[in-house]
This record gives sequence, structure tokens and C-alpha cells, in this order.
Amino acid sequence: MEIILALSIGALAGSGIWLILRSRTYQVLIGLSLLSYAVNLFIFSMGRLRTDAPPILEKGVPNTLAHYTDPVPQALVLTAIVITFAMTALFLVVLLVARGLTRNDHVDGRES
Amino acid sequence: MTLNMNSLAIAPILLPLATAAIMVALGERRRNIKAVLGVVSTMMTLGIAVSLLLFADSAPAGEPAAISVYLVGNWAAPYGIVLVVDRLSSLMLVLASTVVLAGQLYSIARWHSAGMFFHALVQLLLMGLNGAFLTGDLFNLFVFFEVLLAASYGLVLHGSGAPRVKAGLHYIAVNLAASSLFLIGASLIYGAAGTLNMADLAARVPILPDDERMLMEAGAAILGVAFLVKAGMWPLCFWLPSAYALAVPPVAAIFSIMTKVGVYVILRLWPMVFGVDAGASAFFGSNWLLVGGILTVAFGVIGLLASQDLPRMAAYNVIISSGTLLAAIAAGSSGVTAGALFYLISSTLAVSAFFLLIDLIERGRIPGADVLVVTFEALSEEDEEEPDAADPVGIAIPATMAILGIGFAACALLLAGLPPLTGFVAKFLMLHAMFLPDGVAVGAHEVNGTTPTLGALSWTLMAMLLISGFAVMVAMARAGVRVFWVPMESTVPKVRFLEMVPIVSLLLLCATLTVQAGPVARFMDATAKSIHAPEGYVRGVLDVPRKRPEQPVIDGQPATAPATQEVSP
Repeated sequence: MEIILALSIGALAGSGIWLILRSRTYQVLIGLSLLSYAVNLFIFSMGRLRTDAPPILEKGVPNTLAHYTDPVPQALVLTAIVITFAMTALFLVVLLVARGLTRNDHVDGRES
Repeated sequence: MTLNMNSLAIAPILLPLATAAIMVALGERRRNIKAVLGVVSTMMTLGIAVSLLLFADSAPAGEPAAISVYLVGNWAAPYGIVLVVDRLSSLMLVLASTVVLAGQLYSIARWHSAGMFFHALVQLLLMGLNGAFLTGDLFNLFVFFEVLLAASYGLVLHGSGAPRVKAGLHYIAVNLAASSLFLIGASLIYGAAGTLNMADLAARVPILPDDERMLMEAGAAILGVAFLVKAGMWPLCFWLPSAYALAVPPVAAIFSIMTKVGVYVILRLWPMVFGVDAGASAFFGSNWLLVGGILTVAFGVIGLLASQDLPRMAAYNVIISSGTLLAAIAAGSSGVTAGALFYLISSTLAVSAFFLLIDLIERGRIPGADVLVVTFEALSEEDEEEPDAADPVGIAIPATMAILGIGFAACALLLAGLPPLTGFVAKFLMLHAMFLPDGVAVGAHEVNGTTPTLGALSWTLMAMLLISGFAVMVAMARAGVRVFWVPMESTVPKVRFLEMVPIVSLLLLCATLTVQAGPVARFMDATAKSIHAPEGYVRGVLDVPRKRPEQPVIDGQPATAPATQEVSP
């Protein structure tokens, strides 16, 4: 599971970075989104990977981390998802405005 | 008293938030009501910030700093989110509301009608700034960073137009990428050290096992890159000149505090987490910070000398000020830090005033005249030499131009660090501290054991301070001569009284700081000492108990009494 997760984070981050460095605004937007997926998975993995372990206390189960997964990264990931989603939407609006004003989707507003 | 202050700590966040909510509810019209609301709210925030500052400074000399901690959600420190007021954060609060107030007042004369929701966005920006200065938690810091960035995206685009949107697009893309780095760094630190609370982190770093330490340092480095993007360190500051120069003037004036947020976080976290007590991680990354700061100043100086228009010059001044601060922080001794804090205040106020002043100066000039300034010098070696025998009496300088000229000269003195204004006092304090034997702690740390001497690092720093001051002087003098001393072929700008008020007040504030340099320097010294000896902060945050919910605590009653037996979460 670790290898699959690491590979997917790597693939997402790699393609995200490649797209950010491209010259079209839409590619940059998709790159930022992919990068944020990679980051979200990464935050999630920082709570250590566990299967079948709930993040919430249950009755009759001892209060130690051996029986639970770390709830903090999950809470962080929720916040991060919401914030990146909002920021991506905002970036999309700016992208459309730039497209309208410059009649061009190059990040510099003109073909070089 | 303490309880009072503890509750007051959240006011600088709630007040602008509530005001912004009301403004959004008021809709797009009724700009004047919103302007008044905004100014009143910022003034109240400033008042609260000043009272927090006085409280933080109330501890007698030698005692650990008075800090007030607000437990958001009433969970005790390492688990819950805390807001912490100490000297440094309250100082930044005062600075932020001052600069925002100036920008706001200035915008009322004309700029706030250039787009929608200006005042609401400014309030949200103020909320984000205050939150970032107050929070004692890494992830909460991220949230407040996003709040202030979201507001700043709106403000950068205020006034619209193709060049502004283009610069805004770059600004947003860079900051979104930096936010990703922030998240990666924060989660790495959580994964390695198991905490996001800054005070708890500082307590845990010295006892980290070696394999975790590596991960933690990697996280801190990534986090550092995110902050350095905001602070505008050299390879990461390419977005800054266009975004600042193209933003409308009051926004640019407010943004002069934005790079200081990055600087603030480094000033807060680096000495605390990687200070002398950090064991194997002590002074982690200091050389990067130092070299980066010096390169930033070099870049800023080159950019400044090459700038063809005034807004861009102001933007490069922002970069120079950031670089100077970063290099001075990296020196790692409390004396230099005290000078750096003084410099932070002085340069922020000066750049802010300069951005506003530029707008007034530009108003009376022929469009494109700036572009000719440098081109003239480059091309007309044989000089345009007009026969100026025509007017032997000379031209009377209009009063407006005289005031603008004096303001310009004051800004130049402040930014270059020449006497008699605060820029000089700040640079003098830094230089003085570098001559002391423990002036540059980084160098001392490297020679480990032998008596620390004035190393190459100290000399480089000093040279950097002096050369950058000289270059700023040259650039400002050149621009000043071109703007004010040419024959008046352009019209005298029409300036409204309301527009002069913020500029003059900012410059008068600098003058007051110069006159009161003694007390101010003592305050900065105490602040720097508490930054470099963070035990007071760490203990202060971690020892605050949660309040019992069933027992409403009234003003004046000791808050510590009921919380001895704590319920574990």
C-alpha cells in the first residue's frame, strides 16, 4: 500500500509541476489542481497508513494510538481541500478575465 | 487584567471579520458608509493593538515577557489552537493596522471606486494579517495566510485592466504553488515532531531522535521556502515587482506589510525552533538565509538602479528591505535583531508612504515621462543642455510641489538610511550590534570554541547595509532630480487634503519614532531578547490551563484557580 500511495503522490506531483511550467493558463490551473491532490494525499499519509482503524474514540476500546488512526491529518486534509478548492475556483475566474482582456490564453497575455 | 487581555487577543480578528460581513451585506453601492465603517473598524483595531502592545510591554525589565494566550475553543495548548500576544506579535499588529489605515484613508479620495468591494477586501486582509501575527499554531497560520492571500488576490486585481490582470495571474499562481509547499512542510513537521503548535514544537525539537530530525528539518526547509516566497527572497521574488508596481497605489501601500508577514514568521519560528537550544538542529539553515538575504539585496539594488518608473522603484525598495531583514535575522544575535525590528518598522512605513506619494507625483506628469528618465541618461551623453538663460529669476515652486518634494526627500532618507530619520537609527543599531563580539552568532557558532572575532560574515553584512543605502540614495536622487527639478512643463497635480493626510502622518510617525528613538530602541531590544530566549513564550503557551465551562469566570477573578485537575481530551 505504501508503494502504491507513494507512486500516486509522485505521479500527481510530477505531472502537476510539469503542467505548472507550461505556457497556457488552463494547463497551469490543472497543474495546480493536480499538485493540490498530491499534497492532500501527502498530508493524509503523514498520519501513518492504517487500515481498519477509526479516527474517533469508541466505547470499550483502549484510548491508545495502537487502536486508532491519527485524526489530526484527516482534519487538516479537510481544511486543505476546502481552501485549495476555493482558491482554484478563484484562479479560474482570473484566468477567464485574463482570457477576455488579452484575447489569448498565454500566461504572459501574448505569444512570445 | 490578564483575563481581560486574554479575551482581547481575539478582537483584532473578529472585528475586521464582522465589519467585512456587514460591508458585503451592504452591497456594491453606499461606498461612503462602507468607507466610514472601514476606517472606524481599522481605527478600533489599531486601538486594540496599541493596548495589547502596552500590555505586552508591561512586564518589568529582566522578567520574562508578559504574554497573553487565548485558547480558541478552550482546549489546552498542544491540542487546541492558541492565539498568543507577546511583544513581537503586538508590534506587528500595530504596524499592520497603521499601514492599512493609511491606505484606506488615501483610497477614499478616489481609488476605492475603481472596483468593487474594496473596503470589505481590505478588512478581510487586515483580519488575515492579524490572525497570522497572533496565531501560535502552524496549521492555523496556513489558514490565516490563505485568508489574507485571498483578500490580496482581490486587491491586486482592483481597478482591473490587462496589465494588472496579467500581474495578478502570476501573483496568484505563485502563491498557490507556495501554499502547496506550506502544506507539505507543515505536514512533514507534524509527521516528524507530532505537533503543530509552535511552542510545543520548540520544546520537542531538542529531544527528537536522529531519523525524525532529518524529516523535521526537511519539513522546516520546505516550509521556509513557502515563507521566503511571501517575503520575496531573491530567486523567489520575480513576481513581486510587477504585482506591486501595477497594483493601485493604496493597495500597494497596504501590501508593503505583506512581505513582512513572511519575514515575521521567520523571525518568530526560526530563533524559537532552531535557536541556540535546539541541540543538533541549532542554527539550521542560517547560511542559506544569510546568503539569500544578501543576494536579495543585491538583486533589489540592481533592479532599483535599472528601474524606469517610480512604482517599480518602490517595489524594488520592498525587495531591498526584505533582503536586509532576512540577512539581519540570519545573523542570529539579539542586538542585530533589535536593529532589524526597528528597520522593519521604519522601512514598512516609508515604503507605504512612498507608494502613496508616487501616485500624487505621477498625476501631474506626462504619461511615459518616467520611461525617459533612464533612457535620457543612457543616450544623451552630450546632454540636452537647454539654454536656460531665458529665465534669470527662476521659477516659483508651487506649494503642492514643495510638499511633495519634501515628502519625497523624507522617503529617500528613510529608505537609504541617512540621518536624521529612523532609517539611519535602525541601520546604525544593526551596524553597532555587528561590531560587538557576539554580533553575528552564526559566525561565532561556526568557529565553535575559539573566541569569536569579526568574521567575514559580519563584514559582508556591513558592506551590504552600506552599499545598499548608497545605491538607494543614488537612485532616489536621480529620480527626484528628474521629477522635481525639471522646468515645469507639466501641470501641478491637483491634490486633495485627504490624500495628503495619510502620507504626512506616516512620515510624521517616522519622525516621532526618531525623536523617541531611545524608548523605541529599548522596546525593540526587549522584543529581540524575548525572540532569542523563547522559554518565556514556550512556557507561557504550554502552561495556560483551560477554563472550566460550567464556571463562568468574571473579570478580575483569577482564571487559574479552577483548572488544576484537567480533563484529558
